[in-house]
Formats: sequence, C-alpha cells, structure tokens
Amino acid sequence: MSHRPLATSFFDRMHAHPLFRKHGRKAVIVVPYVWLLIFFLFPFFIILRMSLTDMEGVVIQPILQFKEGILSLAINVNHYLFILKDDLYGKTYLSSMRYAAITTFWCLFIGYPFSYFMARARPTAQPGLLMMVMLPFWTSFLLRVYAWKGLLTEGGWVCRLLVALHVDDLLVRLDLIPSQGLFMNTPFSLTIGMVYTYLPFMILPLYATLSKMDLRLLEAAADLGATPWVGFWKITVPLSKAGIIAGSMLVFIPCIGEYVIPELLGGPRTLMIGRVLWDEFFSNNDWPMAASVAVVVILLIIVPLAFFNKYQAEATEVRT
Amino acid sequence: MSLGRFLHAMGFNRLFGRGWLVAGFVFLYMPMAALIVYSFNQSPLQAVWGGTSLRWYRDLARDRELITALWLSLRIAFYTGLSSVVLGILAAFTLVRYRRFLGRTVFSGMVNAPLVMPEVIIGLSLLLMLVTAQRWLGFPERGLLTIWMGHLLVGLAYATVVIQARLQELNKDLEEAATILGARPIQVFFLVTLPLIFNSLVSAFLLTFTLSLDDVVLSAFLSGPGATTLPLVIFSRARLGMRPDINAAATLIIGVVSAGVVAGSLIIARNERLRAAEIAAAQRA
Repeated sequence: MSHRPLATSFFDRMHAHPLFRKHGRKAVIVVPYVWLLIFFLFPFFIILRMSLTDMEGVVIQPILQFKEGILSLAINVNHYLFILKDDLYGKTYLSSMRYAAITTFWCLFIGYPFSYFMARARPTAQPGLLMMVMLPFWTSFLLRVYAWKGLLTEGGWVCRLLVALHVDDLLVRLDLIPSQGLFMNTPFSLTIGMVYTYLPFMILPLYATLSKMDLRLLEAAADLGATPWVGFWKITVPLSKAGIIAGSMLVFIPCIGEYVIPELLGGPRTLMIGRVLWDEFFSNNDWPMAASVAVVVILLIIVPLAFFNKYQAEATEVRT
Repeated sequence: MSLGRFLHAMGFNRLFGRGWLVAGFVFLYMPMAALIVYSFNQSPLQAVWGGTSLRWYRDLARDRELITALWLSLRIAFYTGLSSVVLGILAAFTLVRYRRFLGRTVFSGMVNAPLVMPEVIIGLSLLLMLVTAQRWLGFPERGLLTIWMGHLLVGLAYATVVIQARLQELNKDLEEAATILGARPIQVFFLVTLPLIFNSLVSAFLLTFTLSLDDVVLSAFLSGPGATTLPLVIFSRARLGMRPDINAAATLIIGVVSAGVVAGSLIIARNERLRAAEIAAAQRA
C-alpha cells in the first residue's frame, strides 16, 4: 500500500519528538481523565456549594468571606432543613423510589423471559431479534413516550383494548386509575411509560449473559435427574446474575430522577423528584433549592451507583 | 411424569416462548406504529379517523421553527458523535490496556456513571458550573457549545462502553506481530488496531449521534436564548397534547433512523465478512 512509507516517516518523526517519547502513554490517560474531572466531578462540588448558600437576585452569596479583618464562613443549611421539615419532599422522594422499584420489577418480569427465549432461539434468528430490540432504542425516546399519550387517551388503541378486556375494572380496584376507561395522567400511565422506555436496558445485558451460557451444564443437570424447572432455578438464574444486576441498576437509577416521562404521562397526581427539581429551577428560579434537592437525590443513588460501578468493573475484569 | 415434563412434551414451552417474544415485540413497536398510522390522519383529533391525508407533512415543510431547530440539532449531534468517538477511544484504551494507574477506580467510575445518572442531575450540575465559569472567565455563552459539552459527557460514556467491548475481544496476536516486525506503538495503533475496531467506532458514532439528537433534559438546562433544539420544540408541543404535525415529524424521524441503522449494520456485517475472508486468505498464503 502506497500510504505506508509516508505514514511511517510521519510516525518516526513523531516518535523522535522528545515530548512524545516522554509523555505519549500518559497523554492517552490524561485527556479523557482531565475532561471528566472538569465536566463531571467538579460540577458536583459546585452543586454542593450552591446548595449551601442563598441567592439575592442573581448574586450568589459567598461561603467564605474576608472583610475588615474578619474571616467569616457562612454555611446555609436552610434548604436542607426545609426538605427535612416539609413532608411533600419526603413523600416525593419515597414515591420516586417506589416508581423506580416497580418499573425495575416489571422490566425484569417481562425482560427476563424475553431475553431467555431470545437467547434460546435459532442461532441464525438471533442477530435479527437483537436488531429488533435495538431499533426502538435508536429511534427517538421522546417521540415513543409521546406516542403512549395517543394510545392511552380515550379512543386510543390500548385504551380500547384494555376496556374491551375489562382490565380497567381491575386497575380501578387497585387504585391505579381513578375511574373506568380513564388511563392517562395516572400512576398506571406513568408506570407503563417507564417500563416501555427502560425495557431494552434490561433486555440487552440479560441477553448478553444468557447467550454466553454453556448449555452443557443444563444437559448435565438433566442427566443427573434435575427437572427443567430445577435446572432453570439452580443453574440458569445464578449464571445470569451479572445481567440481572446490571440490567436492574440500568433501570432503577435513572428512573429515580426521570423527568420527561412523568411530565408527559404522569399528570399532577404522580409525585416524582425530577419534576420537583425542574420546577424549583425553571419555574421558581430557586437555584440553591434545586441544588439541595439534587444533592439529596445523589445521596439516594450513591449506593446503587457504587454497586453498579463495582459490578461493571468486575464484569470487565473477568472477561480479560 | 411431572407437570413440567408433560408440558414440555406437548410443545407448550416452545409455543410459550414464541408467544412471549411476539407479545414483547408488539409492546415495543405498537407506539411507533400508532405514530406512523395517525400521521396520515386527515382529522386533527387523534380519536377520530377522518381519512388519509398528507396535510400534516405539508404543514411540516412550512414550519420554520421546526426546521431551524432540526438544523441545530443535527449539527450538535454530529459534533457530539465525532468527539465522543475520539475521547471514547482514549478512555476505552485506558480502561482495557492500562491495568494500573493512579485513580483508576475514580476514572472508571466517572466514565460509567453518566450511563445511569439521572439527566436532571447532570444537566443542573453542569449548568451551575458553566455559569460559574462564565462569571469568572466571561465565557462560554449558553448555546450550541454548552449543549454539546453536556451531550459529550453522556456520549463519552456510551462510546466507551461500545469501543471497550470490542477492544477486549480483540486478538492481541496481530498487534504483537506488528510490534515484532518493528512497528512503533503509534503505528500499531493507527495501522493495526484502528482498522480492527473500526466497526465499533461506527456504531459508537451512530449511537451517540442519535442520543444527542434525542436529548431533552440536558438541552433544556444548557441551551440559551435562540438555541432551541428539535427535541425541545417537540417536547414543548407534546406537553400541550396530541398534535398531528408531531406525528408526521415522528414518522420521518423513525423512517430516517431505521434506514440509517439498517444500512449501518449491513455495512458493518459486510466489512466483517470481507475481513474474515482477508484473514483466511492471509493464513492460507
């Protein structure tokens, strides 16, 4: 190939350069590292600082001040006290966690058998099936959530189907919708929107672990007298633990702070912390309050987040 | 005979599996189908079918606000895709090849966290930082640049995951062979590694491009006056209720993205076949 000599001389010169010889390796690490420190980690300190001050108009009050020989440190914890005292916040945090947990449960319930049957489908059919799971994932999530509005309002496809099947009677009895045939702006519509959006995030890691499984283990279990059911619970499920945890975290954590889905499908009755944060910021213009709400959300997700990271790291380490 | 074996013998399991897959796909695709069908509805009301018509597509072509927003979104998505892939290569390399360095846990945590971190948190924290920076340095103005920074943060995480997966399964023999034959590390990277992971770069680009094209929350926090992206326009209209012109826009977007994804994966599949043939030929020679 003709470009090689040119490239070679270019690379030779590059390597001869003292800067490269000393720092080439480090540069690979440093560039993304510094980028993330500045744009990901550093903003969290800013948010923490903002939550501990007050604003007068557009001026943010300083925390540390040196004036006339007096060094004063002013930490304002009023926003946190307010969050603690006002039970609307407490209720909203709890409600967000509950919706996230319910969504995770349904995603696992629908997604596990789905991934299982996908992984056991004919090998030639699998790339096509995987592609079909990925495709909705690629097309606009906003538009797909919006589509549910049309499906669930009166006269929509799903609305008519659920009424015809008398599912709405059951939902009324479970207090998920206020009255028969009214699905929009209820806990039901919010849950269905979140399950729908996050289902691929559950299916993909599950499929990845299930399709790599050694099926001879199941044969061995059957030879030793295990029924398919026992084989499934004692072999398949434990081996897919990595996928279950990764998938659940990928659903649970972002669901806590979800904003777009409750805004489009939730209506005023459903409490979600993402919307509270949004309103504090955009409607009330109360930046320190929004920052405090955000800090509490971070505290809530920090444990699942650490879990997710540890797992992600372990999963990658095992493979190499 | 236990119940499980009885059902198995009846072919119930296979049927059940098929049924579950079909139901799942119906669930995943029904909203998209509804958007497409109703974009051709003559009536502005979703509940009433007033016959087929293309009137909403005609409206769309005249919608200045939407077209300006689309152009801005496409530019941001392109920059995001490109920069995510470049930084993603570096980050993936760091994670796969350098097993030990100071702060590795912090680094991998920072790369992975944006995958799951709620977007309202990322958006708010980044915005507050940029406002602070603007106060001290006088820049950056909120707009295209700041939206791109936010999208890159999330894009980097996704790009790294995609590229990392490919790097891990990469056959190191080829790189070692190049090194033994006298290639310098950087030559090995550009002439051996990069072509081998090229397909993952394409998928990482497409993924981050579509993520950026789709993002509402980060854009809402980071956009400034006059910088309204397409999802922001769609979102502000969708909040008010069902609008048939959005259905038309959705149909176009779904069409273009599906065509792009199908074409992309066909190209990737073809590249992989060619590469496999080349490797086989080289080994025979």
